[in-house]
This record gives sequence, structure tokens and C-alpha cells, in this order.
Amino acid sequence: MVRVVQFLFVTKTIWAVVLALLVGSILMLSAGANPLYAYASLFGGAFFDYYGFGATLVKFSPILLAGLAVAIPLRGGLFNVGAEGQIYMGALFCAVAALYLPEFYWPLHLLVCALAGALGGAFWAAIAGYLKAYRGINEVIVTLLLNYVGINIVSYAAGGPMMEEGAPYPYSPEIPSSLFLPHIMLPTDAHAGALVGVLLAVILAFVLKYTTFGFALTTVGSNPQAAKYAGIHVQRQMVVTMALGGALAGLGGAFEILGVKYRLFHMFSPGYGFDGIVVAFMAGANPILVPIAALFFSGLRSGAQFMQRASGVDSTVIDAIQGLVVIFVAASLAIRFGESRWGKLLAQRRALDDQLTPVEKKNA
Amino acid sequence: MDHIVIDRITKSFGAFRALDDVSIRIAKGAIHAILGENGAGKTTLMNILYGLYKPDEGQILLNGRPLRMSSPADAISHGIGMIHQHFMLVNSLTVTENVVLGLEGGLRGVDFAAHEKRIRELAKSVGFDIEPAAEVWTLPMGMRQRVEILKALYRKADVLILDEPTSVLAPSEIGSFLESLKTLRAKNHTILFITHKLEEVMHVADRVTVMRHGRVTDEVDAAETTPRELAQRMVGRDVIMNLKRVKSAPGEVILKAEKLVATDDRGVRALDALSFELRAGEVFGITGVDGNGQRELSEVIAGLRPLDSGQIMASGHDIGPLDVKRRKDEAGIGFVPEDRQHTGLVLDYPVATNFILRDYDRQPASRHGLLDFKYMARNAADLVKRYDVRLRSPQQPVRFLSGGNQQKVILAREIEAKPKILVIMQACKGLDVGAIEFVQNTIFELKASGVGVLYISTELEHVLDIADRIGVMYRGRITGTLLPHEATSERLGELMAGVASEVV
Amino acid sequence: MLDWMILGDVLRTSLRLMVPIAFAALGGVICERSGVYNVGIEGMMLSGAFGAALGTFLTGSPVAGVMVGILLGAFGGAILAVLSIRLNVNQIVAGIAINLVALGLTAFLARLIFGLDATTKTLAGFTAWAIPGLSAIPFVGPIFFNQDPLVYVLYLLVPFLHWLLYRSAFGLEIRATGENPGAADSAGVPVYRVRFLCTVISGGLAGLGGAYIVVSQVFVFTEHMSAGKGFIALAAIILGRWDPVGTLLASWFFGFCDALQLNLQFANPSVPYQIFTALPYVASILALVGLYGRVKPPAATGLPYRRESKT
Repeated sequence: MVRVVQFLFVTKTIWAVVLALLVGSILMLSAGANPLYAYASLFGGAFFDYYGFGATLVKFSPILLAGLAVAIPLRGGLFNVGAEGQIYMGALFCAVAALYLPEFYWPLHLLVCALAGALGGAFWAAIAGYLKAYRGINEVIVTLLLNYVGINIVSYAAGGPMMEEGAPYPYSPEIPSSLFLPHIMLPTDAHAGALVGVLLAVILAFVLKYTTFGFALTTVGSNPQAAKYAGIHVQRQMVVTMALGGALAGLGGAFEILGVKYRLFHMFSPGYGFDGIVVAFMAGANPILVPIAALFFSGLRSGAQFMQRASGVDSTVIDAIQGLVVIFVAASLAIRFGESRWGKLLAQRRALDDQLTPVEKKNA
Repeated sequence: MDHIVIDRITKSFGAFRALDDVSIRIAKGAIHAILGENGAGKTTLMNILYGLYKPDEGQILLNGRPLRMSSPADAISHGIGMIHQHFMLVNSLTVTENVVLGLEGGLRGVDFAAHEKRIRELAKSVGFDIEPAAEVWTLPMGMRQRVEILKALYRKADVLILDEPTSVLAPSEIGSFLESLKTLRAKNHTILFITHKLEEVMHVADRVTVMRHGRVTDEVDAAETTPRELAQRMVGRDVIMNLKRVKSAPGEVILKAEKLVATDDRGVRALDALSFELRAGEVFGITGVDGNGQRELSEVIAGLRPLDSGQIMASGHDIGPLDVKRRKDEAGIGFVPEDRQHTGLVLDYPVATNFILRDYDRQPASRHGLLDFKYMARNAADLVKRYDVRLRSPQQPVRFLSGGNQQKVILAREIEAKPKILVIMQACKGLDVGAIEFVQNTIFELKASGVGVLYISTELEHVLDIADRIGVMYRGRITGTLLPHEATSERLGELMAGVASEVV
Repeated sequence: MLDWMILGDVLRTSLRLMVPIAFAALGGVICERSGVYNVGIEGMMLSGAFGAALGTFLTGSPVAGVMVGILLGAFGGAILAVLSIRLNVNQIVAGIAINLVALGLTAFLARLIFGLDATTKTLAGFTAWAIPGLSAIPFVGPIFFNQDPLVYVLYLLVPFLHWLLYRSAFGLEIRATGENPGAADSAGVPVYRVRFLCTVISGGLAGLGGAYIVVSQVFVFTEHMSAGKGFIALAAIILGRWDPVGTLLASWFFGFCDALQLNLQFANPSVPYQIFTALPYVASILALVGLYGRVKPPAATGLPYRRESKT
């Protein structure tokens, strides 16, 4: 019995998602649709349809990288609300590298473009990191404000100096086709960015857990005072942590250029950076869980069209469901197991066990 | 007439008896000091008086009538005001706004001008030179304390409880603060003054209650006692030579501090041209009343706090320019910080990880930037065994260990780094008897192996138990150095109170 | 380049563009002063806009519309309050979640209730009311005193909020709660209740800002019609130094930059209008960095408050 309750608690995030979907089905019923059919078409379209899954992966790439861009600084004790601006700056740097560098050996050029994107995002985030570490200015406010500065810089670039002649709309010329990211599910638009993102998530999980760099990063996040005592340069680490987050978002922006748009458009991101905050939060800032949360979110986004076509339920309902998912998950996380009645009962039982069996020194 | 009678109060926290049958009578219009070391139960008593805690047994009489309180609001309504050690002020608001805060609520205008006028008059009447329109953050600590007192007085408090009021003041502010207490007494306010500083007691108190281990050990008129006597009552026992003490011949000087000057977190000078020498194979104990610069001294040596002036030489080299890491690695300085949960350990990390906290970036804990978990597990198993750390698993977060076992984790880590100098701050605070013995034996072993140990503690008995020499700190200086057999409670009491520094 | 006619025009436009931002930002000032970041302002504005459209659609009266708009905005505020104050959910995550829900729900319900051709059916709304006398003042009169009623509400709201924040007992509680909830609590201030109320007020004012867009500017509801104005409001709070008058001026600066930008886009496309869109944000950052004046957010904003438990 206790195990069942504990299981329900451990999986409470999943129950919260289910609850949000249930509330969503009330909305669908009010629109006169069959929720079961709608959800079936939603998830079927997003995950079990070849073209649909391709579309999901297109959204997955930036959401995943933005999620990582928020999750990593969060582990280092910093809240990066600026992934959106970092995506834009990354895209800008990448587009500049793609359009204005003379063409050279394409894999290398592609790499340079991607790195330029990472650099752009890192630069943008490092501003906030520096102001936080050395001037004590709240990074939440600065990253939030920098979003709009970044978006406007891109609007200016795409509509001004970089604009294609005679374009009806602010966008740059197309980048050389040699720089297009490889597609992974032809003929869909899914590109290698999604794979790189997953690979990076795995690498980052490894870095956080197994490397001295990750150790310094998370130690500053868990206890800056002890980090100083451990000999870590706390302020420098904060700037580096923030820059790393920004680099990930910037890479996300670069992949949008190299993999999907092939041009620098103004206002090209529909708020992927903000999705990233939500995704990082749902994943508990654990890099290995970020792809799962990101896949769920991008699936909801791309499946919405399938649902609308199949069941007639307006796709906007999905936005509401996304928000509800976050609210329910957030509320469920707020209910801590240890503080609940069941948690207390279990703790009592454990204490009793301890008294019956003397403490053994395992691994001795 | 007695204003407040504390009648046979007992209060326990779990198995720990914080107050044991405490009775105190406090006269109206008097300054009554409650004196005792940390952990004597003073603060628990005050929290009961202020309605924060409920006593298990006993009662409090106010003007002869039993007092029933369940919250600070009740205490205020009975005219009892408390000035906490940590000020409860909103720094961005003005003095007037802070005083008025909470008096009125709702969507009504507040006549700040009228309040300001009344506060100005009140301040004047008790001799406070304070500008009600000033924002609190612009005021020095001493002034902020007066704002706290004004807050209580403005709420018509006639009993003021002051918890360690001088611990946050700069030395220059203490004199005028004590004078202001006298002014308040002249206005017929009853003042309960909790402290561990003898000098202040002698200066202003009418009557003194000495507490120790949750009991009242003495109650006398201040005029009929001496600081020496009070110190003796506070310390509680005559010094017994410890038989376990290991004799060892001290070697050369390995740590030499010359004229150290440093400030505390608030920018107040905490070390005032402090000098001492520590020899290899010696335990130099530093004691004194809490807050006289001990913490800053330990941090300055470990490299966690910048030195304003002065020089620290380790084995003949100036270590001033070295950071924490290099002091540990190059100068061989190990450090067991006072605040083990916030500085010494990362509570959410496993025990095994905490063992390598200060060596994480080098062999054998890591190589080529990768942490070696196999080594960490081996290392942890070894240390857990040798230092007798009680736990379920080395993968358990250190948060779930008892205080004694947490301390063992830190000690094990610092000692295994093979230091030449070990700075230990408040090593035994909050530990049980077994753990204390373990710590002491460990220090004896270190000493025997030639390590110089700087043992900083406010717990006099522990210092007396293990130190070869004892330095007493007072206001950022060492007021005297004694050998154990010279360290009678009178002499220590004098030095701790800064009464007779010239005697030595 | 700018003659008086154009300047007058730009100023008039700037005032109209300012109003929704100003309402939302003023509410945000109250909320942040009490210690809660309201990143959900955007969603609350959108809810307000939807509410205004709904109320006006059902009753035919824009006044009723505004009421419904305020109510829906306040409801959004109440959700944020429950999540962040009661459940200690991170305030920013909670705010973003509210934005998402509002975005989806308003769009979904709008199609359900108003039908697909909603954008073509114009709703009843407010028209300009010239204030006799004042509106006759040359240059200034037509700009400030020939506006619709909600603009006048804004004129009255600012001094009221100034009074509330600096002169009333509740305002004192708000300021204390946002700076040092522990101290406020010990002085007997009901910290949780103060924060709750402020968050709801903020939602209501954001709703009013959203309602203004519907009943005074465009007379229809369209999806995501708040279009980022909520985030602009957040920046205006910072530039306005968490002060009602300052925030009004900052909002006006945002409105002015927006008007200028619009004007330039049509009249003089060679000047990069983005400079004026980005300028307010840059100014906010510079203000934080301290290049002019000392701008410090309330010390406890964003931090959940938990009373220490006593044994």
C-alpha cells in the first residue's frame, strides 16, 4: 500500500500532465468535439505520422536547445529568462558568418557558422552574467530586457544592412546551399539540429555529473560560500555558466538559419526561448530530461494542426493545454512528498527500522 | 515592587532541556542583566517572555498577574517589547515609516507628519538624537538599534527585552548605547539586558542573573559583585588539568601573524592589529566571548577574507597573495570552518563528494577534468571507516548526517590533506560527548605528528582541555596568553572581559 | 524633419499607445513593490481584452465590457497569487504558464463565442470626450484633453496610486513586504494577504489595459492582440523605478518611441525605426547598471516568503 502511494507521488508529474489533458478535454467537449478522437489525432499526428513527426522535430530542435540554455544556468544558481534574445543573437552571428565569410570547405564553414551562433548567444548571456557576478544586478531582469534588444537588432539587420534587395518583407539573402544542415527525415524539414541537440543534452548531463567543470558549476549553484571555500572562483564561474547557457540558445538560433529558414528573417522565433523556460522547469533542470519535456512540448505544437484537421477542434486549444500542463506540473511539484502526511508516515517507519537494525557501515 | 516574575520555568526541546526550573524576579524601573555563555538558555528564556515559545512548566507574572501569551502581538499588547539581535527593520523605509509599520492597516491615509512629530518628541524625551525622516539604510548600526527601541516605545512598551544588543555595534557605539539605557531607566522603563559581556553588565546593570546550562547559578546586585566573580560563575568550574594531554616538544614557528587588521561583513573593524605565533606540534587555543573577531581571524588565515593590513607568514613565507586554494596546497593550511553547514559542506552532495570538495580538480579525485568516482568511493569507504562516520551509505547526501558526523567528514577531509597548519573553529559546537572526545583525540594525534593547530572556540572547557597555550581575544586583539595551569577562571574572566589586559 | 503638426500628431498617438502599457505597468508596480514578479501581465492583458470584447458583445455596453475585462485580468492575477504565494511555485514560471493559458484560451473561446468572422464584427466602444475648456488650450489641449474616458481614468489613477503607495497604511505595508517580509511580518503585517491582494490588483489593472485596446482602439478581439505589450510594461516598471509617476513617464516614453517608430516607418523608411523600438529597453538596462540615477528593485521581489516555523 505504502509502495503504491509512493509510486503515485514519484510519478506525480505524469499525473499532473494527465489532469491538464483532462481539463483540455472539457474545452474540447464544449466545442462539441470528441476529446478521445482529438487527442488520438494530436499524438498520432505528432509522433506516429512520418510527416507529423518530422514537423515535431523541426520545433524540437530550438525548444530543446532553449530548454538546455535555461536548465544549465539554473543548475549554476542563475535564472536565464533571456533564451529568446540569445536565439536571435545566435541567428544573427550565424547569418553573418554564412553570408559574409568567403565560402570554404563546407563542413568547416558549417561548423564555423554554428560556432558563430553559439558565440553570439554566449556574448548576449555573458552581459547578464557579468552584471550579476560583478555588479550584483538581478539577472532575471537583465536577461528579460536583453530579449527585446536582441530581437530589435535582428529586425534592424534583416530589414536594413542585411536585407535582400527588393524583398517584400525584412529578410536577408539566402545562405549558400552548401551550408544547409543535412536533413534527417526526407522529405520533411527535420534537420540534424535535433540530433545535435539530443547529443548535447547527453554530453551536458555527463559534464555536469562527471567533470570538474560541472562540479564547479553545480557547487556554485548549490552553495556559493562552500564553493569559495573549495577554491572555485565564484564570480568568474557565474559568467561562464551564463555564457554556456547563452551559447546553447545561440546554437538553437543558428540551427534555425542553417536548418529551416536559410535566411535571417525578422521575428523568426515564435517564443521558443520562453518555451525553453517552461521545458527546463518541467525537466527539473536535468539535461537528460530536457529532451523528453521538449519533445512533449514540440509534439503538442505540431500535433495541433493534425487535431484541428481531423476533429475540428481549434488548434489554439493546445496553447491553453500547454499552459495548463505547466500550471498543474508546477502545483504538483510544490506538494513535497516529505511534507505530506504519507511522507511523514513513511519517515516514521524508516526511523523504526533504524532502531531495530543497528546502523551498518556499508562499503566499509 | 517586582514588575516581572519568572516563576519556575522549564522548557525542553526534545531530549534537550534548554531551561530547567528558572526563576527570576525583575524590579520595576531597573536594568536587569542576564549573563551567560552561548547555550546557557538566555535566548530561549527571552523568547518565552516575548510569546514566541510556550513554557513546558512554570509561569510568568506581570505586575503580579499571571500572563498568558501565544504570540508576539500579545506581548506587545502587554507592554513588552523585544529588540532582536538581528534588526527587524525595512532598510529602504524611513525611521518614521518603520516605527508606524503595522500600527494601522487598510486603505486609510496615514498622517506621517503627525507621527513624525510624535516620534521626534519621543526620541528627544529618551535622549535619542535621531532624525525620523532619514531612511534606515543611511543610519549606522547604533542608530538602527535605537529605531528598534523607538518602535517598542512607540507601542507603549514599558518592558524592553534586549537580546545581545551590543553584538552588532561598533566599539565606538557601545558607550552611548549603554548611556541611553540609563536614560530609559530614568523614565521608569524596565530593561532586560541579555549579554555575555561582563564589562557592560558592570557598567549599567542594577541586578545580574547568571545562567549556565539552562539553570540560574547566581543572582546578585551589580554593586555587590566584581567582574572576576561573575566570570567565575559564568565559566562555572575551576580548571582541572586534563590528564589526557599529550606532552610534545613544540618545534619552530610555522605560523606567524603580525598586526592583522580586517573588517567584518558589515565593514566594521573586527581584527585590530592582532599578532600571535604558532609552533609546529603545538595546540594554540584562542578563546573569548563570541563576536570578538574569532571568526574573522580564522577566515583571514584560511584566505576567505581579505586582510586590510598586516602580514601572515607560514613556514617563513608571506602567504598574503595566495588564495584559498594555494594556501591549502602550498602553505599547507587546513581549515575547519565555524559554519559547517554553509561553508564546510555542500549539504546536497553525497558524503563521498564532500570528502573531495577541496581537491576536486586534481589527482587522484579527478584526472584530465574528469571526476574519478571509483577513487571517490574507495576514498569515502576508507575515511568513513577510519574516522568512524556513521551513515547509511557514502552516496547519502551529507545533509542527513548528524552534526557530529558532519564534523567528522570535514575533519577527515582536512586532515587527510596532510596540513602543516590546521585552523579549527568551534570544532565541538553542538556535538555529543562521544564526538567531542573523537575530535580531541584527533587533535592530539595531529599535534604528536608535528602539526601546528590553531584551535578557536568560545567553549572554554574544550579549549582548556586541549590547548598548550591559550590566547584570549577581546575586541579584535589578543589581550593575554596563558599557560593551562595559569588559566584560572578568574584570569580568563578578566581577559575575556578586557578588564585587566595589562596584568599579563 | 518634425514640424509642429507632426509632433502634435506623434504626441497624440504616443498617448494612445501608452495607455494599455501604463495601466499594466502601474499594476505591476504595485505587485512588484509587494514582492511578486508578474511576468503573467501579458496573459492578464489578453484576458482583459477578451473580457472586454465578451462583455461588450453580450451587453452592447463598453462599460460592462471594461468591467468584465478587469475581472478576468484579476482572475489571472489570483491564479498567479495562488501558485506563487501559496504553493511557492517559481513566480516567473507561473507567469509564463498564465501567458500560455491566456493565449490559448482566449483564442479558442473567441472562435467558439464570436465565431470565425469575429474580426469583421465591430463592437461598441468609447469615443473621445473633449473636456470643455481644457481641450481648447492650443497644442496641449487636443493632445491631452480630447481623449476617450479611459485616458482620464489613467490621469486619476496615477495620483491615487501615488497616494496609496506613499501615504496610506496599505501602501506602507506593500513597501515593507516587498523589501523585507520578515520585518514586516514581525511588525504584524499580513505578508501573504498583502502580496495576494497586490497580485490581484495587478491582474485587474493589466486587464483594464487590455480592455482599453478593445473598447478604445480597435473595437474587435483578435488573437494575441496584446502583442507583447505586457512585456513592455515590465520594462516600463524598471525604467520607471518602481514608482507610479516614474512608470507613467516611462510608459509614455515607450509610447512615444512606438509612435515615432510608426511615423518613421511610413514617412521616412531610410531611418532604422528599430532604434526607437529598442531604445526603451536599452535605457532600462542602463538605468539598472547605474549610468544614470540609482535604480534598485525592491529587495525581496521574486523571492517566496516562508515564515520560520517555531517550535
